[in-house]
Amino acid sequence: MSDLKQELKEKIITQLNLEDIAIEEIADNDSLFGDGLGLDSIDALELIVMLDKDYGIKLTDPKEGKKIFESIEVMSNYITEHRTK
Amino acid sequence: MEKVYINSIGSISAQKTFDNNDFLEEITTYEDNVIPVIEPNYKDFIPPAAARRMAKGIKMGVVASKIAMEEANLTDIDAIITGTGMGCVRDSEKFVTAILDNNEQFLTPTSFIQSTHNTVAGQIALGIGCKGYNFTYVHSSVSFESALIDALMQLELKEAENILVGGVDESGEHTNAIHKLIQHIKPEKINSNKLLHSKTVGAVFGEGANFFVLSNNKKETSYAQVMGVKTFNTLPKSELESSLEEFLKENNLFVTDIDVLISGNNGDVDYDNYYLDLANGPFKNTQQVVYKHLSGEFNTASAFGFWLGAKILKTQQIPSAVALNTIKPNGLELVLLYNQYRGKNHSFIILRRC
Repeated sequence: MSDLKQELKEKIITQLNLEDIAIEEIADNDSLFGDGLGLDSIDALELIVMLDKDYGIKLTDPKEGKKIFESIEVMSNYITEHRTK
Repeated sequence: MEKVYINSIGSISAQKTFDNNDFLEEITTYEDNVIPVIEPNYKDFIPPAAARRMAKGIKMGVVASKIAMEEANLTDIDAIITGTGMGCVRDSEKFVTAILDNNEQFLTPTSFIQSTHNTVAGQIALGIGCKGYNFTYVHSSVSFESALIDALMQLELKEAENILVGGVDESGEHTNAIHKLIQHIKPEKINSNKLLHSKTVGAVFGEGANFFVLSNNKKETSYAQVMGVKTFNTLPKSELESSLEEFLKENNLFVTDIDVLISGNNGDVDYDNYYLDLANGPFKNTQQVVYKHLSGEFNTASAFGFWLGAKILKTQQIPSAVALNTIKPNGLELVLLYNQYRGKNHSFIILRRC
């Protein structure tokens, strides 16, 4: 597993208080919202802030988030391509 | 006017009180100046998905209310009224700290959403799907009593049949640090058995959630009748005794009718003299009971005193850990509660056996 994917899983568990979920339980291609990890719209806002704060990526169009936060794999690729810090 | 009864209770405190079958049989002694609650396994009461954004105070309030609702055998309620001095102080601290740490940028929604004082009452309502009256009183150390007065008025006038009333406050690290700095918290750690003999300023701070279903329908399992409640924002010590006598008179009672006086002594040498004036004066021949050495001091600690009074009247027992003197009353029919914090926000409550 790449360092970034590992880092994202750790951050999602800590920042979204997913106490009962272990890093190993999140597969790279698992859906983060809906039937997958079950995240909701408040979590989406938390993730948008995390992208800005930790990776310098500002999402101006909330609809973008829907694609970017599809899975850890997609998020990781997007961050690698667009990060400014 | 209808009579009002305590039909069920739910308590999370620094003692193991979440099991309604126990009554202070096992006492936990602390050696500290801030004491935490003994927590139940929250997962037994709240689904993990719902609990993940709940701070400690919300979990305590939701669980204490669930225990009370279950004991009352109710799934819905006419109104939810809570009292809290500091509300969800942990998330408030988290949110404000984030503002400072991040230079007013990158603010996340969760701690802000959960930091409001009425979050507990809101979460209880969401949990049981209650669309009724939902109100939270934030009146320092008479917050619980303010909630109680609201519920009493509605029940006495038959505007409602069953109301969930509670007091909840959680301990916040930063808030406690400030209270230590201004010596509202004792500078020294102290054994809870020695707290009420302390000769130093400040109190031992605590936290807790105490909820009750009040009703104008008396049940065989009811704990007590709530006869009256009165609060005073300011009350000079010289007027304490006369104000109390007047309150008793309003309820057709005299000092000699009271079987047990439950006082909110917290071991603060500067302010416990209010209680001592009553204990050594008109109530010197009355059984006296104290509780803040077990619960710690917090804005809604008097709700723990209310829990204690209800338990004493239902079980007809006074646990040795709370008895301040050895005077044995002829019966346990009438309990008077008196509380104040730092000489302000005084409250009187009368409970009667039913």
